[in-house]
Amino acid sequence: MSEENKAILKAEGLTKIFSSGIINKEYTVAVNNASFELYPGKVTSLVGESGSGKTTVGRLILKLIEPTAGKIFFKGQDITDIEDRDTKKEYYRQIQGVFQDPFSSFNPLFKINRIFDILFREFEPETKNREELISQSLEEVNLNPDRILDKYPHQLSGGQLQRLLIARALLLDVDILVADEIISMLDASTKMGVLNLLVDICRDKGMAVLFITHDLNLGYYLSDDTLILHEGNLVERGATTKVYENPYHPYTQMLFDSVPDIEEKWDRSKEFIPEQIIEAVEEFYQNNDEEGYKEVEENHFVLMSILETENYK
Amino acid sequence: MSFWNKIKKNENIYYAVTNTKVQIGVVLFLLILLLSIIGPMITRYSYTEFAGPGYEPPSSDYWFGTTIQGRDVFTQTVFGLRSTILVGFIGGLIASIIGVIIGLIAGYKGGWLDELLMMLTNVVLTFPTLAVLIIVAAYLPYRGIVNMAVLVGLTVWPWTARAVRSQTMSLKNSRFVDLSRISSNHIIRILFEDIAANMFSYIFMVFILQFLGTILATVGLEFIGLGPTRGISLGLIMQQAVNWNALELGMWWWGIIPGLILTIMIVSLYFINTGLDEAFNPKLREF
Amino acid sequence: MADTEETVLEVKDLKAYYRVMKGDVKAVDGLNFTVRRGEILGVVGESGCGKSTLAYSLISLNKPLQHISGEANLLGQDLMKLSREEKRKLKMKNISIIPQYALDAFSPTKKIKTFIKDMVKQHGRRADKEFMDKVKTRFEIVNLSHSVLDRYSMELSGGMKQRVVMLISSLLDPDLIIADEITSALDVTSQRYVTTLLADLRDEGIIGSAIFITHDLATLYQIADRIMVMYAGRLAELGNADEIVHNPRHPYTRALINSLPRIGIQHKDERLTGIKGTPPDLTDIEEGCRFRFRCQYRTEECDKSPKMEKTHQRHYIRCWNYESVGSDKNE
Repeated sequence: MSEENKAILKAEGLTKIFSSGIINKEYTVAVNNASFELYPGKVTSLVGESGSGKTTVGRLILKLIEPTAGKIFFKGQDITDIEDRDTKKEYYRQIQGVFQDPFSSFNPLFKINRIFDILFREFEPETKNREELISQSLEEVNLNPDRILDKYPHQLSGGQLQRLLIARALLLDVDILVADEIISMLDASTKMGVLNLLVDICRDKGMAVLFITHDLNLGYYLSDDTLILHEGNLVERGATTKVYENPYHPYTQMLFDSVPDIEEKWDRSKEFIPEQIIEAVEEFYQNNDEEGYKEVEENHFVLMSILETENYK
Repeated sequence: MSFWNKIKKNENIYYAVTNTKVQIGVVLFLLILLLSIIGPMITRYSYTEFAGPGYEPPSSDYWFGTTIQGRDVFTQTVFGLRSTILVGFIGGLIASIIGVIIGLIAGYKGGWLDELLMMLTNVVLTFPTLAVLIIVAAYLPYRGIVNMAVLVGLTVWPWTARAVRSQTMSLKNSRFVDLSRISSNHIIRILFEDIAANMFSYIFMVFILQFLGTILATVGLEFIGLGPTRGISLGLIMQQAVNWNALELGMWWWGIIPGLILTIMIVSLYFINTGLDEAFNPKLREF
Repeated sequence: MADTEETVLEVKDLKAYYRVMKGDVKAVDGLNFTVRRGEILGVVGESGCGKSTLAYSLISLNKPLQHISGEANLLGQDLMKLSREEKRKLKMKNISIIPQYALDAFSPTKKIKTFIKDMVKQHGRRADKEFMDKVKTRFEIVNLSHSVLDRYSMELSGGMKQRVVMLISSLLDPDLIIADEITSALDVTSQRYVTTLLADLRDEGIIGSAIFITHDLATLYQIADRIMVMYAGRLAELGNADEIVHNPRHPYTRALINSLPRIGIQHKDERLTGIKGTPPDLTDIEEGCRFRFRCQYRTEECDKSPKMEKTHQRHYIRCWNYESVGSDKNE
């Protein structure tokens, strides 16, 4: 049985180009030709720095923005162009997201319980034991329902809001969860509990998780597969252990060199200026004649030359 | 008591009614409104009537004095106030309703619909409003307060539409709209609960501007003789005062008193506006 | 270098509270520590533990933050007793800060040159020709070209901006520099450069000593000589960086280190654990060890506040049971 068949979501050549300006249009390639799969019961981490396009990938998967090119297949069906409200609702019943900024994720005018009201009204209007289910999911993320639901968003901390969003997403029993930097507001001591919970649910219920992060240590701890995104290009992908143990692309190598480790201090003689990364990457593309992705070992792919962006002008 | 409890339950209203600025604004505006309702009832004269001698300063007989021809300024002011409020309200309401709907749809939907609606908006915006009003006014069988206001409202909505559109465009990219979208919340609810509600104070502020804009536009028409064929308004009184050089003649009461009342009305609306902004935006609430 | 006994900063029982309507937020509540000449002292803790407040209280006490009691002697002068004017004289020359918010202070419409001048003014210094010449020489040290001066902030990455801020703060070769969360807004690749740059500046004698405040223990460990772990406004443990990371004695430090993900540990093989519960509310704090509600080693004694104990090698700890915690190491 090949892995291809089991993928619950498949992105093919996903590209997003933003344009700005009216007369002299300027184009920004946010994501270029990204292809990857998500598997049930597996955590795939999408690792990138700011401006790498990682949030854009999450928004594309959640159909919050339309791709400029490329296709998204969900359970084998092409869902790239679905527009119809009922079809979309069916999609959102199976895929949910948690966004990076918890403070702006809540409409400031309404109390917290609104996000649950909408969820049940739209997806599970028949549910009788709503309160029970909400309390249960809130307790799972270490929140006290009595002290939370009646509050306004500005009365809660970033960590509390973030955990609320996670609880909300987990209420639906989805097949895919897109988690964009979901623990940025949580402290070291509290985030582990939330993350362990997330991975446990992923394993137990066969949920696929796209874990978007800039934290490589965390990516290693949680994920089965890793995608490395650099300036919109998916430069390296494969099994997490393989990518981390044997990074091939110069960007990945430099990224891993920068990770702080409490077992071993950085080698101060091997310092590099961040600006050198771009040079190193360009040199790498020029100095090899291979096209597209190369499978350097089983289930470990490296981008050897930038894939051509579709003509968008 | 139960009514108060009901208010307490709805926190938005509760904060609105307990906000000092809203309280001051509402009291002032209600006083003005009261004046426009009760004034015409208690006055002993009609606003067209020559009530007494001209040049009379305010006195117990003529509370706000008389005009040069001997008309009672108090009577004129209260009747004028009534129609001015009506004109502003109708014009502002029409402009706001059209503007909000067009702005919301254009800003949220984007694409060709946005371009089409904005084209329409810009066309209306570049209309020489006064010329259009003159032409339309000329064809009307008679010019009353209400149809003047409707006319003005129909031509000033683009300002609201453009303001609402740009606000919508920035709000629709907020994470809570994203969350509503992946919750399959209905578009109507997203537009009103997530977007319009979050710029309510903004819409209200634009409404006040339209309210005042409508009044000014009608004053403009009144100046060129296309005002209501019958009736009176604060603008009309002030225009007459200016025409008769009231200030130079020392008749300050003729122009200043109606002007002062108009100003108080504007200030009261401004107080309501900033107060509501605090009340509806929980972050600005004072605890 | 770190072995010399000369002390740059000595903090004695420092208390600094935020006076707000709800009452006092006891953000710094009785801190004792010293910074030696030539060392980088790391301060680590969760958000709200008072680590940033410590920085503010040393640099600029602005309301609602108020000094309650205690001393902070910088080269023999108590910072808490100095007037604003006297403090201004010390700034940049004796004590300097690389503030957390500096990256947001870059205005998109201003050239870097203008930004530098503004920032220097905030520090209470004049940006004359001589000064700008020195800026240029320092640009080379942080690996930035002079042309950056004439560029706009939009054209620079976060890491480059942070380097600009660092070079301004260290321009007058301060005896002590406070680096407040200088890496948290940066990308991974810039974090490494900026962190080691701080150590480089120290090694080259441009800055005397540094207090490096962060929530990221792994980054801190890379350059810190000693590490102070803070919890709920108080010191939990202070000692050599290696000692703290590899042989932690305080239950909180242990839990913090056990919750750190690192390459080599995967969820399916080994479970990292967080710490149950949340830190206490700093407005309403009672007698007793502040960590006791989340501590697995809690005993009856913990209802009394533990004293600061000095163990071997100038290792300080505030815990009644640290001896049993330490022997628990190989469980």
